[in-house]
Amino acid sequence: MTAQNSTAAAPRTIHNARHAIASGEIKAVALAESYYATIAAGDANIHAWLALSRERALQQAARIDQMVASGAPLPLLAGAPIGIKDVLTMQGAPATAGSKILEGYLPPYDATAVARLEAAGAVLLGKLNCDEFAMGSSNENSAYGPVHNPRALDRVPGGSSGGSAAAVAANMAVATLGTDTGGSIRQPASFCGVVGLLPTYGRVSRYGLIAFASSLDRVGPFTHTVEDAAILLGVLAGHDAMDATTSLEPVPDYAAALAQPVKGLRIGIPEEYFAEGLDAEVRAAIEKAADALRAAGCTLHKVSLPHTRYAIPTYYVLATAEASANLARFDGVRYGLRAADATSLSSMYRKTRDAGFGKEVKRRILLGTYVLSAGYYDAYYRKAQQVRTLLTRDFLHAYTQVDALLTPTAPTPAFKLGEKTDDPLSMYLADIYTVTANLAGICGISVPCGNSKEGLPIGAQILGKHFDEATVLRIARAVEQAQ
Amino acid sequence: MQSIDTVPQVSLEDVLRVAELAQLELTPEEQVGMLRDLNSILGHVAQLNELDTKDVAAMAQVTEVLGQAREQEGRGSALREDVPRASLDRKQVMAAAPETDGVYFKVPKVIER
Repeated sequence: MTAQNSTAAAPRTIHNARHAIASGEIKAVALAESYYATIAAGDANIHAWLALSRERALQQAARIDQMVASGAPLPLLAGAPIGIKDVLTMQGAPATAGSKILEGYLPPYDATAVARLEAAGAVLLGKLNCDEFAMGSSNENSAYGPVHNPRALDRVPGGSSGGSAAAVAANMAVATLGTDTGGSIRQPASFCGVVGLLPTYGRVSRYGLIAFASSLDRVGPFTHTVEDAAILLGVLAGHDAMDATTSLEPVPDYAAALAQPVKGLRIGIPEEYFAEGLDAEVRAAIEKAADALRAAGCTLHKVSLPHTRYAIPTYYVLATAEASANLARFDGVRYGLRAADATSLSSMYRKTRDAGFGKEVKRRILLGTYVLSAGYYDAYYRKAQQVRTLLTRDFLHAYTQVDALLTPTAPTPAFKLGEKTDDPLSMYLADIYTVTANLAGICGISVPCGNSKEGLPIGAQILGKHFDEATVLRIARAVEQAQ
Repeated sequence: MQSIDTVPQVSLEDVLRVAELAQLELTPEEQVGMLRDLNSILGHVAQLNELDTKDVAAMAQVTEVLGQAREQEGRGSALREDVPRASLDRKQVMAAAPETDGVYFKVPKVIER
């Protein structure tokens, strides 16, 4: 692409922020202030931010400016203004997880992902709105009010990382961190027209993540470009002594891998992801992305993931079971809210949890407790664990035939605020194309691939083998370049 | 989809029992809503009974499936060395609690006499 003046209007990327700071075009402090000004001017309509960490951010920026002044080599993310989903801990800002039960909680440590961004030179602007404990697909379950989609304010931004997606889409951050337990990075990325990456289970540390479902939760980036996603993954990935589930698998140079052409890659099109319920405009946009990959030299292959229709019920048994255990820690003893009028320990637990948890969180705790309870464990929990094996085998089998899969990220573009709030099951079905990757532990990405007639963004999902983010990023880049 | 009457219907007593296990208080209105939602969701979950999983291993963690090979090649997950290291600062941790004496977390009386 021959960029002339058009790049001036394009959103800042990690690379051009760093370049502008290194060349003296702008100071890191001034860049951070300009992002805070954008937030101050625009967030009243969007509500992506729950807290700003201005003091710490300006210190980080000043450190970068000192490096520039002294001629020191600049770190990879030098001066890049980045936002953090409010389920990750960051000292100097409250951590609420979108819940009243943690209102006012000031965490005493940084999540590893947060610490790694800071160590790489990022300027951390603040904390981003999300569904309570990351439970939701529309960001309407936040105890602090919903986020509005910057592309259409009467629409949801997706969830649960709705604030993280919206902040990037509205240029209120160069990039953000989100988390994805059943689609919570990829689906909002699709709804807001940005890139959202789901790393392989074990690729990125979850130390400092307020846990929802520990066998499914991942941390990953939202960015304007695939290249930025590759750069951030390189910073975030790798073993962490504080998270025993992180892998010792070596971390490749993801950004360098983007230079490899996609010619010859085998792309699978799983027929089950194009069945009933898929919006016609979304289907057309994905087919266009497939054509672009074919034109770039990939070969396309029909594949089958025969157990796909069982993914949503499997997910909602396992995720809620794990949530019921993880959320037992919110008891009014060590942090957050405590109900004032309790007369005994057990009434203190109940009153605190009653006042602190929202409706969807209670619903999932009840469901999870039910499927784990005596008499139902084998029928629901164990059964779902067995089906999880079948769903994972579907992918492992497909990956003997193809290098990656291309699917829609979500069955529709962003829906309207309030459209699905009365029917939890219809909300759960918004995750129909995303939950299986979490169950199987594989990596994936959502990359913008067009707009609906109404101008709503549509995302293409590319799913890859375990620890093969490099291939997923290369394919996403080819889709991006065709736009 | 399998019909809902092939799975145990959740009763109001079930909802109350599970709420007690989960240390949740529910208003009478919430009880009715949760009863309806649980039955709707578990009706959907009943589809899983279509699958014969008699000989299928249960999967709790992704690492089980990634197999032994990665572990042996030193690319699996790893526990940290069992050596003492600094923990979080007690003062800071205690500062986040609703009620403490600086050393212990304080709670309402546990045993009535």
